[in-house]
Amino acid sequence: MLFKNSIAWYYFSSPKNFYPLAGRLIPWFWAVSIVLMVVGLYMSFFVAPTDYKQGESYRIIFIHVPAAWMSMLIYLVMAGYAIIGMAWKVRLAEMMASALAPTGAMFTFIALWTGAFWGKPTWGTYWVWDARLTSELILLFLYIGYISLQSAIDDPRRASRASALLAIVGVINLPVIYFSVKWWNTLHQGASVSPTMAPKMATIMLTAMLIMTIAFWMYTIAVVLMRVRRTILERERQTVWVKELVTDLAGERQ
Amino acid sequence: MKQTSLFDAWRAMVARDLTLAMRRRADVLTTLFFFIIVVSLFPLGVSPELAVLREIAPGVIWVAALLASMLSLGRLFADDYQDGSLEQMLLLPQPLSVLVLGKVLAHWLVSGVPLVLLSPLLGMQLGLDGDAIVLLMLTLLLGTPVLSLIGSVGAALTLGVRGGGVLVSLLVLPLYIPVLIFGTGAVDAAISGMAFDGQLSLLGAFLVLAILLTPLATSAALRISAE
Repeated sequence: MLFKNSIAWYYFSSPKNFYPLAGRLIPWFWAVSIVLMVVGLYMSFFVAPTDYKQGESYRIIFIHVPAAWMSMLIYLVMAGYAIIGMAWKVRLAEMMASALAPTGAMFTFIALWTGAFWGKPTWGTYWVWDARLTSELILLFLYIGYISLQSAIDDPRRASRASALLAIVGVINLPVIYFSVKWWNTLHQGASVSPTMAPKMATIMLTAMLIMTIAFWMYTIAVVLMRVRRTILERERQTVWVKELVTDLAGERQ
Repeated sequence: MKQTSLFDAWRAMVARDLTLAMRRRADVLTTLFFFIIVVSLFPLGVSPELAVLREIAPGVIWVAALLASMLSLGRLFADDYQDGSLEQMLLLPQPLSVLVLGKVLAHWLVSGVPLVLLSPLLGMQLGLDGDAIVLLMLTLLLGTPVLSLIGSVGAALTLGVRGGGVLVSLLVLPLYIPVLIFGTGAVDAAISGMAFDGQLSLLGAFLVLAILLTPLATSAALRISAE
């Protein structure tokens, strides 16, 4: 069984074989993501009870927290792909790493943006230089640096290897963000959900938040697969199979 | 043929880079004057009141040191990259990371140490008192080598890249932020009479980690750049 699986890994790590697989998977991830997002948003706006302390404004949590989680998770996955790409020179892993970055930057931005909207009614200000906010902002800078470095180097192989190294170096920041609320006792509230403790929130709220997280996760996979398919076509354009594919597509259109 | 020992190669690298820097003293002085000018802008731009300046002094001096050390990063590998000596270094039998450590040490001696030595004067100008100045020097002494080490990764990654000079700031400044926070935090704590040894220990830990890890990342980046 294990042997069979490892063969499958090798098989699909070739861009040529991964391209059609990704194409088949994308609609499924889109569908799951949209269904969960509709359910999650309905639960968060109509089913979840009003918070006894923060009133209705707390409802931004259902976007804010999943986006913040995704921003860190995507960086971690990106760095993981970067390590695989550098260590074993897997082209697909390099492409996956670079495909993840724009979505990661987007979720970081959403986390900061919704955080500002949440901050105004609860703290009375859009922005404070609090440890968690600042470290999340650094994460955004890291994503932007990664994307800029990649687009500044013309040779795609060199670009992805250089930016992969940057991604690995930047991983240092993740524990800082994650533990910042514990290490510095600042304005940002502590984590409401933790794997080791019972959640400090109503079950219905937690369920809605987890549904939104999975919805965001599925969205990320769908978008990243679409982006990686485009990168594959771009980088493998000299190969026979891409040429055949493109001529087939052109033939169908006529 | 006798193989040069690792330590000899390292020492030769430090000596070579120091000699090169001494031949071009203007570069070193430019960084130093940049540091002085940036700090001097704050009394003019923010307020000449000593009470205000004393409050912002640690942060101002630290940010200026950050920018100055970033300004000098371009010198670290660019000349060697252009005249081909970098490729020779990649071919040496000694591990590249040790040579990188030598180059970074030379860079720090030339660009970091002068900043540390100059900081008391600037601290006095901004109204800091004796203890705070000593602590400021101490944090800079621990922090500026970390800046050089982290900066070497950015400098190596952007070698021969168009717009490399601006790009390096985007790559390196986010990674500098923790050093800045704890460097200024220690001085601020001392000014307000609180314990500051925690921040100093963390700066020391950053330094140890940076010495261990960044030369490896830098040499990997150099190999990518020289391909």
